[in-house]
Amino acid sequence: MAESTGKAARRAELPHERISAAIRAANEAGQPALVPYITAGYPDKDRFIDTLRAIAREGDVVEVGVPFSDPMADGVTIQRASHAAIAAGVSLRWILAELTAAGELDAPIVLMSYLNPLLNYGYNALAEASLAAGVSGFIVPDLPYEEGDELRAALEKRGIALIQLVTPVTPAHRLTELCAASRGFVYAVTIAGITGGGRELPPTVTEYLDRVRGSTTLPVCAGFGVRRADQVKSLGRHAAGCVVGSALVEELEAGRDPVAFLRGLRAPG
Amino acid sequence: MQVELNAQERSTLLARLTRGELPDARGRFGPFGGRYAPETLVPALERLAEGAAQYLRDPTFQAELGLELRDWVGRPTPLTHAPTLSRHWGADVWLKREDLAHTGAHKINNALGQALLAKRLGAERIIAETGAGQHGVATAAACARVGICCTVYMGAVDVRRQAPNVERMVQLGAQVVPVKGGDQTLRAAIDEAFRDWVSDPVKAYYLLGSAVGPHPYPWLVRELQSVIGREARAQSLEKIGRLPDVAVACVGGGSNSIGLFHPLVGDAGIQLLGIEAGGRGAGLGDNAATLATGRPGVLHGTYSMLLQDREGQVQETHSVSAGLDYPGVGPEHSLLQAIGRVSYESATDDEALDALRECCSSEGILPAIESSHALAGARRWAAKNPGKVILIGLSGRGDKDMPTLSQVFGGARKIIEASADG
Repeated sequence: MAESTGKAARRAELPHERISAAIRAANEAGQPALVPYITAGYPDKDRFIDTLRAIAREGDVVEVGVPFSDPMADGVTIQRASHAAIAAGVSLRWILAELTAAGELDAPIVLMSYLNPLLNYGYNALAEASLAAGVSGFIVPDLPYEEGDELRAALEKRGIALIQLVTPVTPAHRLTELCAASRGFVYAVTIAGITGGGRELPPTVTEYLDRVRGSTTLPVCAGFGVRRADQVKSLGRHAAGCVVGSALVEELEAGRDPVAFLRGLRAPG
Repeated sequence: MQVELNAQERSTLLARLTRGELPDARGRFGPFGGRYAPETLVPALERLAEGAAQYLRDPTFQAELGLELRDWVGRPTPLTHAPTLSRHWGADVWLKREDLAHTGAHKINNALGQALLAKRLGAERIIAETGAGQHGVATAAACARVGICCTVYMGAVDVRRQAPNVERMVQLGAQVVPVKGGDQTLRAAIDEAFRDWVSDPVKAYYLLGSAVGPHPYPWLVRELQSVIGREARAQSLEKIGRLPDVAVACVGGGSNSIGLFHPLVGDAGIQLLGIEAGGRGAGLGDNAATLATGRPGVLHGTYSMLLQDREGQVQETHSVSAGLDYPGVGPEHSLLQAIGRVSYESATDDEALDALRECCSSEGILPAIESSHALAGARRWAAKNPGKVILIGLSGRGDKDMPTLSQVFGGARKIIEASADG
């Protein structure tokens, strides 16, 4: 017993394993993992690290959005947040510096970024700086698996995850391939669409999540359009965790307490 | 992070391009191109690439497209001699008249081809973006013709400066959606069109209007626009008795220019000159001269030259012409620049407007402000290279530019005011 715990701890030294371990720990405690998303430096650039610290205490893994001028997979909330953050001077360089200065947080950090800011930074420099900043993984919504070799190699060398997204329209053979390439967790996009949808999730989502779960040994987290406790609860029966983005950003925008909101998402009922 | 190619790589890539081997199977034009799209769209892009490759080779499809291009679009468009411009410039100037194509610009070549393709592929609706409105009008017309409904995204700024085209789209049955996010021009319209497609990747067909975007679009648009260069080449031999010394076209995303250039790339004796929008001048954000001042990056699904700041954020652009007001450029142009086969320069707003007036008064042809950039570039080239045969891609007509022209020149306003005084 002691030996296996020790092994798990050693294995969990790799950044991408820290992500899966955090999700599994939540599941072992009888909860779906919660993966909150915030756009870095929004709505208040000066309070970025304070907000992040508070959210990292509630979430099991935290996704930090690197703002981009052309967020084509995002709905209005994250578009608005991205443009405002850029106008306030938030950049990838700034985010990495802030994270480095902040030191260890209570949850592994994953950066969600469109490709161009990463490309512009340079993959090797990025992987180095990310390691120093304690970043455990990346989600890149406009980087399909086929175009990802260079970034994947640079991150893999440092044990940092490149988390693959899969969608309800991903064909079976491709699903297997994407799951095999993913690290940390598999990001199952719940709907064909953009982030922040106000629609109800389709009933087929459970069958889809089961299919994704059957294709991987990694934990599967469901995201896009997840905003309520009942959704977290029902999705939690078919996935290891849920990503909550636009709804949380809207809470922050409205000046409400993100911690209360996140606690509410896991409230029994 | 510039893409540097040595002499050997440059000549190999030119040979491969000439042999029709580019883009390769991954949609690459040498280092440029590719498919940087959200995962939701990857299966749709694969279906499109397969379907397009199948139908563009299919004689039945080509016969239908050829007939429609002839009888509905009015192709071939003429190659018109421009005697007065020739005299002014000390050159022999010929205009490839895409302004005479149905709906008034080259955009119809691509819109019709893709609308027919969408129908074959079983699409239920078509999505398009538009900048100057020419692609939107062409798509609306093509959709009406083939019988499929269509939604056009257009930046709110462009809706205002190209109002006549908005009305045309509406009359042709399209739903026009003004885009108020982002920079409210072509780039924001493309973002929004992609968002619509991501939400409906199976039933919707995204009819992209320029030679940009993820694979297969840069290839597909080039194939459908190459009719311009093929016709111009044959017409030059027939009417001038030789090939031109230079071919000049304006470059925004680069669809009319790639259509003119691509079939001429193998003719080593023809210089190729692309003219970008120099806007108000050289300052950051004052122009849309992507190839002149950009760095490689990824926007809208393709790796190509891009106007971006030091953090990799896409730069705002300015041009008097909505159709050239775009911070990226098609990947084949980036390759043509990197291998030195095409020279790219820019013309400012003022130079383009001046060339527009000269073309109107000299030849009785009102060119689009976009096309006027090519005229301005050609005039500059002629001054340095006297006595040469110049082929200019006159990509569209300027009727749509009336709001801008009235504002700049105020010609009609003076007459209206004078009539009121009387």
